Amino acid sequence: MSDTQTFLLDGEEVPFAPGQTVIQAALAAGRYIPHLCYHPEFKPHGSCKVCTVRADGRTAAACTLPAQAGLAVESETEELKELRHTLVQMLFAEGNHFCPSCEQSGNCMLQALGYELGVMTAGFRHFFPIRPVDASHPDILLDFNRCILCELCVRASCEVDDKCVFALSGRGIGKHLIVNAESGRLADTEVALSDKSLQVCPVGVILRKRVGFAVPIGQRKYDLRPIRATALESAPRGPQAPGPCPSCEEGS
Amino acid sequence: MTERKKVRIATTSLAGCFGCHTSFLDIDERLFALLDRVEFDRSPLTDIKHCGPCDIGIVEGGICNAENVEVLREFRRQCRILVAIGACAVTGGLPAQRNHLDLGACLSEVYLTELGVVNGQIPNDPELPLPLDKVHPLHEVVKVDYFIPGCPPSAEAIWKFLGDLLAGRTPHLGHGLMQYD
Repeated sequence: MSDTQTFLLDGEEVPFAPGQTVIQAALAAGRYIPHLCYHPEFKPHGSCKVCTVRADGRTAAACTLPAQAGLAVESETEELKELRHTLVQMLFAEGNHFCPSCEQSGNCMLQALGYELGVMTAGFRHFFPIRPVDASHPDILLDFNRCILCELCVRASCEVDDKCVFALSGRGIGKHLIVNAESGRLADTEVALSDKSLQVCPVGVILRKRVGFAVPIGQRKYDLRPIRATALESAPRGPQAPGPCPSCEEGS
Repeated sequence: MTERKKVRIATTSLAGCFGCHTSFLDIDERLFALLDRVEFDRSPLTDIKHCGPCDIGIVEGGICNAENVEVLREFRRQCRILVAIGACAVTGGLPAQRNHLDLGACLSEVYLTELGVVNGQIPNDPELPLPLDKVHPLHEVVKVDYFIPGCPPSAEAIWKFLGDLLAGRTPHLGHGLMQYD
């Protein structure tokens, strides 16, 4: 193991394998960097910017930044925490995120990040955009109100399912999730319940019908344990990685 | 023994359901301990109609009509610290689910064209506060100092928040107490 390379994360050495990104190496080493559009099974997207770190003085998304020997990465600084807090606030203000009536509440990464980052209010003026739902499919509901444009469903549908059922359309504030069908309706696509694209939504856009509230609110994933703890469990572990981090389990 | 001056608190529910007030009452017998430290000004608990000078104002519910705006501004004027409590006050909440609908269309469907409505008319008594075209969270109308999310926030969360605030600490709800749902 003498050739193990390391970089510094908030002053502590983190080992990495060649080709790993900063977030992959950090999570594998049991070090949490808040993130939203990053998913361990998919190529990094770098769009949500929640995982922004400062590396050798420059800001970069930890999910797209290749780990390099000797790199000095800062993550848990007041500046970066404030930045992530504001990014999550803007996501809440931009969509229609009404947690009390959302079937994904308690399993939602956006909500759990809000808890993690201490987001008590969206802070900004809410957009209250008009985004009609697509209930056309007999087994699947699409609620676009909650879309955060992470493109995980787009990536999964194209890369894994080989169907490209979903896509983003428009630019800037007009950008939105669409369904690839002449009619624009999910019912007119080849989507199937077993598709990967239906399992990766971090928020509450893609929902299976008739299984709602099977687990009561208050007993769901992030109700039980903070996202800081659960994110580390689902990360692929390096051989020298320590077990679950006790300080992460305490919550904040 | 000089008695410590009590902290004066006002509370109100605007476009809300009083669920947050109900949750507040769920602190149960701890209300007695609280009443050693605080006294209530305008509140559904006292039936005082207007808010006098207060240390803390706690507002449940969002802003859906002109009267809500007036009451909220009264609270902001009179309270040193203004607290938005619950999903509706913090985000607009359930009432804001009408924001994608046209208000005129809403009113005419409910009062004129809905099945079973006979000789309907849209209420226009001058005593009725005019509805706003959209429902807003409090921070879009006045400056809000603290937010307690939740629908409703649990009694434990409210107790923790008030305990921190009365002790002069920055209120902090950790995992388990901070809930948006």
